[in-house]
Amino acid sequence: MSIPERKLTTSNIYPMKSKKPIASYENIKKTYGDAEVLKGVDLNIAPGEKVALIGPSGSGKTTIIRMLMTLEQPDSGMIKVEGKPLWYKEVNGKLAPADEKHLREMRKNIGMVFQHFNLFPHMTILRNVTEAPVHVLGLSKEEAHRRAVDMLEKVGLGDKLDAYPSQLSGGQKQRVAIARAVVMQPKVMLFDEVTSALDPELVGEVLQVIKDLAKETDMAMILVTHEMDFARDVADRVIFLHDGKIEEEGTPKEIFENPKSERLRTFLSRFLKG
Amino acid sequence: MTWDWKFAIDIFPDIFGAIWLVIAITFGAFFVALILGLVLMFARRSSFKPLSWLITAFIEFVRSTPPLVQLFFVYFALPAIGISINKYAAGILTLGIHYSTYISEVYRSGIEAIPKGQWEAAKAMNFSKRQTWFRVILPQAIPPVIPMLGNYLLVLFKETPILMAIGVGEFLQKAQLIGSESFKYLEPITIVGLLFLLLSYPSALLINKLEKRAKLAFTPKKKQRVNKKLRVRSEIQ
Repeated sequence: MSIPERKLTTSNIYPMKSKKPIASYENIKKTYGDAEVLKGVDLNIAPGEKVALIGPSGSGKTTIIRMLMTLEQPDSGMIKVEGKPLWYKEVNGKLAPADEKHLREMRKNIGMVFQHFNLFPHMTILRNVTEAPVHVLGLSKEEAHRRAVDMLEKVGLGDKLDAYPSQLSGGQKQRVAIARAVVMQPKVMLFDEVTSALDPELVGEVLQVIKDLAKETDMAMILVTHEMDFARDVADRVIFLHDGKIEEEGTPKEIFENPKSERLRTFLSRFLKG
Repeated sequence: MTWDWKFAIDIFPDIFGAIWLVIAITFGAFFVALILGLVLMFARRSSFKPLSWLITAFIEFVRSTPPLVQLFFVYFALPAIGISINKYAAGILTLGIHYSTYISEVYRSGIEAIPKGQWEAAKAMNFSKRQTWFRVILPQAIPPVIPMLGNYLLVLFKETPILMAIGVGEFLQKAQLIGSESFKYLEPITIVGLLFLLLSYPSALLINKLEKRAKLAFTPKKKQRVNKKLRVRSEIQ
């Protein structure tokens, strides 16, 4: 299988040009049935960069981050993490489809928080957060416990260690899910519409946790969100997707105060009204 | 011909004596079915298609042929190709294999009830395939299907009389022997029926209880207390 070499054509405001991207997308395409969700996306994420993906539903935002988590495979194009192909492994200088071993190696760099939390319902909160550090990272129980308690206290759930997910509110569940992903110390954290399934009064507490996290961490973060104020506060760069393509990108200021494309203007106005 | 109490009491111990054998065969076969069912379920889900097809064909074949025929095959036909096993092992294996095909379907239904998000979360936490199965999926998939598994245990138990066909001395075989010696069938066969009833019914109750316990074990303790409080409250009202 040959991979077309292609130069990045994005009107790149990619920050810190000297730094190698932690993750990069080259001409990514994806079709589900008749629907072409991604029509050639080029994107670079710098180490530590906070990127917000906005756009109407069906524009392909979620697909972009799910691909990085290896939950979906692109039909064509190349995704690289730290310069290494995600979906291919190099064998004697040639590219072969990735096997499970390669994917697990690559997944070490990536973490994800889901719209529907996806906590493990049969485990306590504490075990939800220690399970992977112990069994995947190979930490000692004590070390994993210490890290987990630390992190759970940070998200304000230090008193819920022995509770089960079913006993928590949606906002609390999502904060546990954030703690669970962060203790794995990935280099890129993905947030997939993490407040969309929450009652309106619980949205704030989750966004606050992410804002705090964004300030103190050097992880890169890609946030798919419909919360425009949040995107403005947290992101270094905002990307507007429309119809499977990057329509416009820029700093939060550029995007929200001085949108260039008509589509972005329409999108934002609909959002600010609605 | 009328019911002869003295005769019934005389022969009862002889028939009842088979109880440990019947229980051992039932649980032995059930154990085989539980383990082999898991293996079949995994093999059927294999991404290696030929294996998956082969297992699907095997399951369909086993399910659509009578256990008695399978029993004869294992005990009488296999020796012809050099595999001979004693009648107890043959009985346990045949029943075990037969029911493993049903039990693999029970596991499958439990697994299909697990939301896709659990698989995705397991991937995002970078669990291996094995860890995903044994730490995330199966602990959630099995408790809800325990009642169905218990049901198959009872069905399997009631199937043990077919083993008399290869000379295993279970209840019916004993009764049959007594009948053919005394020419009285009413009492021994009735006793066999009653024994099955006496063993099945309490087991069904026990499984019901286990089911509730399994549900409780799956519900957090605090919630149990709350539920209990609610129950108490509703009882008071």
